[in-house]
Amino acid sequence: MTTTRRRTLLAGAALAVSLAAAGCGSAGDPGTGSTQDTAAASVSDADLQKALDEGGTITVWAWEPTLDKVVTDFQAEYPKVKVDLVNAGTGNDQYTALQNAIKAGSGVPDVAQIEYYALPQFALAKSLTDLNSFGAAELDGTFTPGPWGSVHAGSGVYGLPMDSGPMALFYNKDVFDKHGIEVPATWDEYVAAAEKLHAADPGAYITSDTGDAGFTTSMIWQAGGKPYTVDGTTVGIDFTEPGTRKFTETWQKLIDGKLVAPVTGWTDAWYKGLGDGTIATLVIGAWMPANLESGVKAAHGKWRVAPMPQWEAGGQATAENGGSSLAVPEASGNKALAYAFVKYATVDEGVQARLDGGAFPATTAHLKDPAFLNKEFGYFGGQKVNEVLAESAAQVVPGWSYLPFQVYANSIFNDTAGQAYTSGVKLQDALKNWQDASVKYGEEQGFTMR
Amino acid sequence: MVSKARRRSWTGWRFVGPFMTVFALVFLAPIAYSIYLSLFRTRLVGGTAFVGADNYVKVLQDPQFWSAFGRVALFLAVQVPIMLFLALLVALAIDSGRLYGSGFFRIAVFLPYAVPAVVATLMWGFMYGTRFGLVGNLNDAFGITLPDPLSPDLILAAIGNIVTWEFVGYNMLILYSALRVVNPSLYEAAEIDGAGQLRIIWAIKLPALRGPLVIATIFSIIGSFQLFNEPSILKALAPNSITTYFTPNLYAYSLSFAGQQFNYSATVAIVMGVITMVIAYLVQLRGMRKAV
Amino acid sequence: MKIRPAVRRRSIRDRRDPLLTALTGLMLLYTLLPLAWLVINASKTQEGLMDSFGLWFAGDFALFENIATTFTYDGGVFTRWLLNTLLYVVLGAGGATLLAALGGYGLAKFDFPGKKAVFAIVIGAVAVPGTALAVPTFLMFSQLGLTNTPLAIIIPSLVSPFGLYLMWTFAADAVPREVLESARVDGAREFQTFFRIALPLLAPGTVTVLLFNVVATWNNYFLPLIMLKDPAWYPLTLGLDAWNKQAGTAGGEAVFHLVITGSLLTIVPLIAAFLLLQRYWQSGLTAGSVKE
Repeated sequence: MTTTRRRTLLAGAALAVSLAAAGCGSAGDPGTGSTQDTAAASVSDADLQKALDEGGTITVWAWEPTLDKVVTDFQAEYPKVKVDLVNAGTGNDQYTALQNAIKAGSGVPDVAQIEYYALPQFALAKSLTDLNSFGAAELDGTFTPGPWGSVHAGSGVYGLPMDSGPMALFYNKDVFDKHGIEVPATWDEYVAAAEKLHAADPGAYITSDTGDAGFTTSMIWQAGGKPYTVDGTTVGIDFTEPGTRKFTETWQKLIDGKLVAPVTGWTDAWYKGLGDGTIATLVIGAWMPANLESGVKAAHGKWRVAPMPQWEAGGQATAENGGSSLAVPEASGNKALAYAFVKYATVDEGVQARLDGGAFPATTAHLKDPAFLNKEFGYFGGQKVNEVLAESAAQVVPGWSYLPFQVYANSIFNDTAGQAYTSGVKLQDALKNWQDASVKYGEEQGFTMR
Repeated sequence: MVSKARRRSWTGWRFVGPFMTVFALVFLAPIAYSIYLSLFRTRLVGGTAFVGADNYVKVLQDPQFWSAFGRVALFLAVQVPIMLFLALLVALAIDSGRLYGSGFFRIAVFLPYAVPAVVATLMWGFMYGTRFGLVGNLNDAFGITLPDPLSPDLILAAIGNIVTWEFVGYNMLILYSALRVVNPSLYEAAEIDGAGQLRIIWAIKLPALRGPLVIATIFSIIGSFQLFNEPSILKALAPNSITTYFTPNLYAYSLSFAGQQFNYSATVAIVMGVITMVIAYLVQLRGMRKAV
Repeated sequence: MKIRPAVRRRSIRDRRDPLLTALTGLMLLYTLLPLAWLVINASKTQEGLMDSFGLWFAGDFALFENIATTFTYDGGVFTRWLLNTLLYVVLGAGGATLLAALGGYGLAKFDFPGKKAVFAIVIGAVAVPGTALAVPTFLMFSQLGLTNTPLAIIIPSLVSPFGLYLMWTFAADAVPREVLESARVDGAREFQTFFRIALPLLAPGTVTVLLFNVVATWNNYFLPLIMLKDPAWYPLTLGLDAWNKQAGTAGGEAVFHLVITGSLLTIVPLIAAFLLLQRYWQSGLTAGSVKE
C-alpha cells in the first residue's frame, strides 16, 4: 500500500511542476521529441508527467485481455494520450513479429508484453530500454521477488512485471473425494495419489503431460535446481545437477506407470479432461483460475487450490510458472510516455483494473490487500483461492535464471526432451539431449558455453 | 511467315510484363536476397560475418535437414501416388457415365478443395482425438482401441490423409476435364471393334491423361516438398510427434523464427528449392518423353 | 464451348451401374464426412462440444446462437475479418487473374525475346519454399513501408504461376490466330484487340483461373501471419487461428465452438461460389486441359 501512496503523492507534486512548465513552454516547443531521448539518462517523475500532459500516441503490443480496460482508463485519465493496443499474436508469434520489426527497423511498438522466460533474449540483443534510466530501481520492493528477479539482466531492468505465476496445486475435489484421495503435500504423496486414482478409475489420471518446457523448468526451479548459469555471454547448462535429478526421478515414476494422461496442454481434449474429471490436478501458475472459469465451465464448483506439493515434508518452496512483463523497446519513439503507461499498468491504478478482470498481480501491495485475499471464488466452491496463491508468491525459490536464448531452447524441447513421453528414453537422458542441443545452439550463436 | 517474323518483337512483353514485374518483386527479389543472406552468418553474440559457402557445407552435413528431406521424400513416394490413383479412379468412374448422380459426385468430391488448409487441419485435428475426437468415439462405440493417429509412428500418415482429403478432388477434376475432351467417336470405334471398358481405359483414356498427370505430379512434388501448414498447425496437438525439423519448410521456419538463424534458414530454403527444381524437371522430362 | 460429352452420354445412359456408384460413394463418404462433422459441431455449445458424440447433434441445437455469437464476439471482429478477406480476394485474386490473362495471352500469341526463359523462371521460382522466403520478403516489404498494410497481402497475391500456365494453354486454343490477324489488319491496337476480342473468348478460362485465385487468396494463411500484426487487418484464416490459440493463453477464453462455427462460415461463401459458377469453371478446365 505504502508504495502506491507514495507514488500518488509524487505524481501530485509532479503535476504541479509540469502545470507551471506548461504555462510558459507550451507555445510550441518543437524539440519535445528529442528532449525525451536525451533526457533518458535520468528521467524523473516530472518528466513522465510532462509526457503524459503533452500527450501523443503510443503503440502497445500485448495479448493479455485485461489490458483493454487499462487502456480505456488510461486514456480517460490522460485525454491527450492515445494508446493503440494491438494483439500482435500470442507468445512466440508476437516475439517473432517483434524481432522482425526490430530487424527491419520499422514498426516497432512503444510497449511490448514479453514473458519472463523470453526477456533475457531481448535484453541481451539490446532491443529493450534499460528502465533504470527512468528510475525503475526505485521500484525495488514493489514487486514479489520472483518476477522482479526475472526482469533483471545484469544490472539492468528490462521490463516491469505485469503479472506472475507462483505455482499451486489445482485439484478436482469431486474426483479426490470419490476415490478417497487426500490432497498430496509432497511429491511422493502425489505419485501415490496418481497410482491410487488410476487404479480406481483407469480412465482417470492425476494430471496430463506430454512434455512442456515451461512446466519442466518450473519444476526444476522448485526443486532448488539451477541448471542455467548466466554471466553476460558466458552461459552454463547442466541438467545433471541435483535439483533436476529430484524432478526427473519422481516424474519418471509417473511416466513409467503411465499415470499422466497423454494429452497436450491447452488443446480441446485437455479442456474436456479438466471438465470431466479425467485430468484430476494441475500444477500450474496462479493465473489459471481465469482460464478454468472460462474454459472449463462444466466443472464449476469442483476445483480447489492447495499449496504446491513439496520435495521435503514441511517445506514451502514454490516456483514461478509463466507470467509476463511490459517492456519498452529500444526503438520506441516516445519512451517517456511508454514508460508512463507501463508504470500505470503495472504499479498504479492499472493493476486494480487488471485484478478485477481476473489477472494475478506481481505487486506485493496488491497481494497483501485484504479485499484481494478475501475474495471468495464461486468456481472454487467459495474458496479464498488468492490466500493460497499469494502465499505461494512469497515462497518462490530465489536465484533462478533463464537462458539468454530460452525462446529457441523451449522451441526445441519437444524435439529432444519430449521423446521421454513417446519412446523409452528416460527423462533424465532426454533432458541431457535437450541440454546438448541447447549448448550447440549457444555455441553457434557465439556464446561462451561452459 | 512474314507475319510471324513481324511478331517476333517486344510487343509480347507488354502483356507478360505486368505479371513478370510483380513476379520479380515477390519471387525473384526475395530469392536473390536469400542467396545474399546465405553467404553470411549473424550471431546473437558477435554480429555478422561473411562466411562464403560455409552455410551450404553445413546444410549438406546437417542430419536434421536430411531427416526432414527423407520424411517429405517418403511422403511424396506414398501419399502422392495414392492421391493421384484415387483421383484417377474417381475421374474414370465419373467419366464412364455409369454413375447415378455423377454431377453430384463431381462437385462433392471436389468440395474439400474449397476448405482452407487451416480449417481442414483444425477439423481433422479435432477428429483425430483418441479421447474425445471421432477416433475416441469409435473406440467407445465399438470397444476397440484404434491406434493414435497423432503418435509419432502414424503422424505422417495422418498428415497424408489430410492432404489427400484436401486435394484428391482437385486432381480428380483436372483429370476428369482432360477425359472430357477425348473424342467420343474413339470410344464408339473401340466398342465396335469389341474392346471392353478396361481395354478402352488402357488404350484410349490413360494415354490422354499422361500430360495432365505429369502436371499434377509436378505440382504435387512441389506441394509435398513444401509441406508446412498441416504439420505446423498439428504441432499444437502433437508436439512430440512433429519436431521443429519435421519438414524442410518447417525446419527453415523454426530456424529463422524461433532461432534467429536467418542466414542458415535462407540456405536451407535455397538448397531445398534447387532439389525440388531438379526433381520436378526430371519428372517433366521423363513424362514428356514418354508422351512423345 | 461445345459440350461434347453430352452427346456421348446419351448413348450410354442406360448403363448406369449401382455397384460402381456404391464404390464411388465410399469416396464421397470420405470427402463429405469431415464437412458433416463441421456442420454438426457448429450446432453445439462450448459445453456440448466437450461431452457429446462427434458425429451426432448434442441436446441443444445452438447453430444460430453460435453464428450470432461469432459475429458479435470481441466487438464484432469477425465481420471485419470477413470484409478484409473480401478486400484481399477482390483486389488480389482479381488482379492476379488479370495479370495471368494478359501474360498467358502474351505467351500464347506472341513470339518475343526471352519467351522461353519466362516459364522456366516461373516454374523454377515456384520450387523454392515460399515459407522460407517469408523473412526476406518481410524485410523487403518493411523497407518499402508495406508491412501491416493490406498491400502486403495483396501484392504477393497478384502472382499466380498456375493461373499463368492455365491461361497460356487456354489462350493458345480459344483465340484463333485468324481472328487476331484480321483485327490487326483492321488496324486495331494490341491492347484493344485483347480487351475487345480475346478477353471475351477467354471468359471460361478466366473464370476458372479467377476461382482458383479466389480459393488461394481466401485460404491464404502463412503470408498474413508474417506480414500482419494488427488483428484489424487479419483475414478469416488468421483470425480463426488466433481464436483457436486464445484458449492457450493465461486469461484467454476457450472458444472452440466459435472456431468451429467460424470455420463453417468461412467455407460457405467459397462453396457457394463454386456451386454457382460450376458451369463456367468446368468448361474452362476442360478447355485448359486440351493442350499439354
